[in-house]
Amino acid sequence: MAEVTVIEAIRRTLDEEMGRDDRVFVLGEDVEAGGVFRTTEGLAAKYPGRVIDSPLAESSIIGLSIGAAHYGMRPVAEIQFADFIHAGFDQLCSEASRWCYRTKGDAYLPMVVRTPWGGGVHGGQHHSQSIEAYYAHMPGIKVVAPSFPADYRSLLKAAIADPNPVLFLEHKRTYRLIKQDISADDGETVIGRSRVARRGNDLTIYAYGLMMHESLAAAEALSSEGIECTVVDLLSLQPLDVETILESAKATGKILIVHEDTLTGGFGGELAAIIAEHAFEYLDAPIRRVAGPDIPPMPFHHAMEDFFMPNREKIAAAARELAAY
Amino acid sequence: MTSARVKRSRSKEPISDYLLSEQQLEEMYYYMLLARRLNERMLSLNRQGRAAFVIAGAGHEAAQVGAAMALKKGTDYLAPYYRDLGMNLVLGMTAREAMLNLLAKRDDPNSFGRQMPSHWGNTERKIVTQSSVVATQLLHAAGIALAAKMRQDPIVVMTCCGEGSTSRGDFHEAMNFSAIHKLPVVFFIENNGYAITERTDKEIPFDHVADRARGYGIRGAVVDGMDCIAVYQTVKPVLHQARRGSGPALVEAKCYRLWPHSSDDDDRRYRPRKELEEWSKRDPLLLFRTRVEDDGIFPREDLDEIEVRVDEEVADAVEWAMNQPDPAPEDALGFVYKEL
Repeated sequence: MAEVTVIEAIRRTLDEEMGRDDRVFVLGEDVEAGGVFRTTEGLAAKYPGRVIDSPLAESSIIGLSIGAAHYGMRPVAEIQFADFIHAGFDQLCSEASRWCYRTKGDAYLPMVVRTPWGGGVHGGQHHSQSIEAYYAHMPGIKVVAPSFPADYRSLLKAAIADPNPVLFLEHKRTYRLIKQDISADDGETVIGRSRVARRGNDLTIYAYGLMMHESLAAAEALSSEGIECTVVDLLSLQPLDVETILESAKATGKILIVHEDTLTGGFGGELAAIIAEHAFEYLDAPIRRVAGPDIPPMPFHHAMEDFFMPNREKIAAAARELAAY
Repeated sequence: MTSARVKRSRSKEPISDYLLSEQQLEEMYYYMLLARRLNERMLSLNRQGRAAFVIAGAGHEAAQVGAAMALKKGTDYLAPYYRDLGMNLVLGMTAREAMLNLLAKRDDPNSFGRQMPSHWGNTERKIVTQSSVVATQLLHAAGIALAAKMRQDPIVVMTCCGEGSTSRGDFHEAMNFSAIHKLPVVFFIENNGYAITERTDKEIPFDHVADRARGYGIRGAVVDGMDCIAVYQTVKPVLHQARRGSGPALVEAKCYRLWPHSSDDDDRRYRPRKELEEWSKRDPLLLFRTRVEDDGIFPREDLDEIEVRVDEEVADAVEWAMNQPDPAPEDALGFVYKEL
């Protein structure tokens, strides 16, 4: 199979899953026409009645999916931009995340909510947000954030097979950023495992989504300067692969956490706490974070947007300081 | 209700004007009375310090029992709200289980002590788990109806809420989507006049919740929610039509909350006693008894006998449930995620 983009990997996976299981259906805004990013293109014609345009009402998309999943279907909901998911926050927080717990497993929700997130696309305040920290804070929901086509494919298959609500985060800058052969099925197939994407002895960088690509680029540049980085692709934020995280933290002793979400209350704080709590004696330097500044993300003008976004230069600069510590 | 509970055999033939048989009428009275007596005992257990919280349906019994009896038990889905004890009883919850739920006992079949009392849910009975957030369940009901329609399963989903919940976005989103897709879902609104302290005129800018249906092009009906027979007669054909594919409908049952909002509320702060007295004359249990007695359906002794039977059942349920095990502290853990 030829190499494909993230968009194509998602589209093909949805196609495969819908072909394999007639309980799988897609619900979201503009999905019948293929969606604004064309991830569902061609599916409405191929699977009549199973690609359903929703009204512009995000609480509906999630609430309806809850009902359908409860009945035994396998809804794959699409929230057109992660920034708009907040209207459905209540349905995720008060309902979906607690469904299994509050019935002690009597009822459960095999549902997926796909949504494009992240900045760097001139999306301004409401087409750029990082939402992962809110939802990774909800026991009962799984949150995945892949960055390579093969992982998108494997994790989407795993998410659809999972009997729990899975928030499937698609960084919109990765959609057409890279191509990869996805035929080998060598992506991460279990939700809750991270992957060491690169090994080096000087420090560990933790990242996910677009920042994974920026971190790998930074690590490549640093290597030519003699600084060797381990780069961990978190893949799943809830559940979190604590074992892999601690293993590399202990091995390198220096920690750089990268995310594009704003610093305060961002997911990096949790990672830092876990490492400080369980690997403190292995640390050779204070834990560093590269994150978005604490302003409402993110300004529209390209100069201000660039200022907001963490990137390979900012990551490399922090890594150099850390290596020298 | 099992036949063992019926002393004299009742006819199953529908009585004209009622569209209900003697047997169904007896069940109606039994369930309404059971709901009321359970609620009364729950409140007294709360006052004795034995139950942390009670939210009751006194005044809603006719609406709940009449509507639930119109459902196909074990086939149709119900996404209820917290006052719907009467509906749960009709669909199979026993008095003992209701008390397990009140006392948050380990074996409560709704949430095993994990939720506040009266937060129902049981997949075997097709009762959908609910939270304390109002109107969210209306979208779940629509989602179930969507799935059933996709699978071509001939079921109906009934979902319930108070009139206060109809101000929420989820109510309107559920009505909108269900209408667009002609889903087999019936929105049953128990308008009891109050959303905690707020009178209906602070929630709705016109007289009937049912008028909200017009905005979505669906059928809306108003029924006397204190009259169990009228509720059944209204809901039954509405469910039938929805099952046959004519799309959603809204039924507003006008009832009255005879008690405070919950065991933690004092309605004297905001509700005139005179109003309560007036509505109490139309207590659903009283209305029902008077009608079937006047029409000569049952002799007075038969109804008295049901009263005795219900009292015994409630007394047994309390004593039994009090002696059932509590959850262990560590039962708080587990089942955060489903593992297959």
